[in-house]
Amino acid sequence: MAKVAILNYIKRPSPIHELTGTTKLIFFIAWSVASMVTFDTRILICMLLIGAVIFRISQIKIRDISVVLGLAAVFLLLNNLFIYLFTPEYGVELYESRNVLFTIVGRYTVTAQQLFYHLNITLKVICVVPIALLFIACTDPSEFAASLARIGVSYRAGYAVSLALRYIPDVQREYRNISQAQQARGIDLSGKDKLFTRLKNSVAILLPLILSSLNRIETVSNAMELRGFGKEEKRTWYTRRRLERNDWLAIGFAVIILAVDMTVTFWDGSRYYNPFI
Amino acid sequence: MKKLSVKSVVAIGIGAALFFVLGKVAIPSPVPNTNISLQYAVQAVFATLFGPIAGIVIGFIGHTLIDATSYGPWWSWIIASAFVGLVIGLVTMKMNVEEGIDSKKLIRFNVAQVIAHILAWGLVAPVLDILIYAEPIEKLFAQGLMAAVANIITTGIVGTLLLLGYAKTVVKKGSLEKED
Repeated sequence: MAKVAILNYIKRPSPIHELTGTTKLIFFIAWSVASMVTFDTRILICMLLIGAVIFRISQIKIRDISVVLGLAAVFLLLNNLFIYLFTPEYGVELYESRNVLFTIVGRYTVTAQQLFYHLNITLKVICVVPIALLFIACTDPSEFAASLARIGVSYRAGYAVSLALRYIPDVQREYRNISQAQQARGIDLSGKDKLFTRLKNSVAILLPLILSSLNRIETVSNAMELRGFGKEEKRTWYTRRRLERNDWLAIGFAVIILAVDMTVTFWDGSRYYNPFI
Repeated sequence: MKKLSVKSVVAIGIGAALFFVLGKVAIPSPVPNTNISLQYAVQAVFATLFGPIAGIVIGFIGHTLIDATSYGPWWSWIIASAFVGLVIGLVTMKMNVEEGIDSKKLIRFNVAQVIAHILAWGLVAPVLDILIYAEPIEKLFAQGLMAAVANIITTGIVGTLLLLGYAKTVVKKGSLEKED
């Protein structure tokens, strides 16, 4: 089984890396809320440009994340294709006007409104991508639990996230070992078998994986209990850092973006920016 | 909120890691561009063993990590994943799989997962998608239906077999027999 391509923490000297995890988490949340709320093309284009600038500052190179970008492109393409196949005139409904550019066949017309809708929905996804990727690539995983606790999430939940990040490589290695062992015994997961056989075969891998995970849960929770985890209401974090001047600037910037986003979007009482009427 | 036990915290962490790894492993399905999502079978088993809160958080963390490392989080589907864990966990509460499993428990598990997937992909995900992304209803419900059917089949077959396998490994009360 080929190695699964996963985006990781990439350590580089940059102002973005120096920000605390808390700042980046708040920024990321504000940013994704802003992009979810708005359907205003002007705002989305601004966010995309700002995102590109932040990406440049971060010292992360395009080739570090090319696999992920490829996936995002495929996802977007399929999503747009499905929307068009199901409702080729959805934009007309949404923007309450109709300018037909040309007709492909039958009910599949191409209207300016539909294209504009596709542009907006694509922008909405694209403008989150750089920030989401930066959040993953520039945040030290060990700092993440501390950041979650900082913004008010219970430290138990924060610890669960830390444990997940810590055990992903282990689980992955175990999955590969088990699946290779089972393949050596003639169990095939590739597309050659029938669906039901494939599902049944997957159990041969999953069952040992789950049983060993249950054992691991037992071991890890015993170890944590022995060290007194969960005895107090609060806990301190080794990786927690004070918010510096740049952190406050970044948080302030995120708040401003969110405020501008909300104001411009709902200014005229409609969520959609409509250039057609 | 009731405090999570240490064991639940660890179960959530490792469950989410499993969810993530299985979500990233592509097992091709007959329909092009879709994969068999084995992670939901594992989430269902963990929700049954560790309860609804574990189910929710495993779905939420696992799915967020999958999305964040591929194309930025798609929140509506992440919430739907968490919702699946909630429903399965609630319906199968106090089922005590550790004390052995019979056909009644298996039926309850399957009823739980069918309800969970139909509600999550047929209702929660599309409604949130309309609110957030204003996507056309026809597309969303077709998509939701496909996801629901695929996940029900996967969870039904793989999840049931996993529970059976798990129950076999647990030594039951009074399972010793006197030899003649």
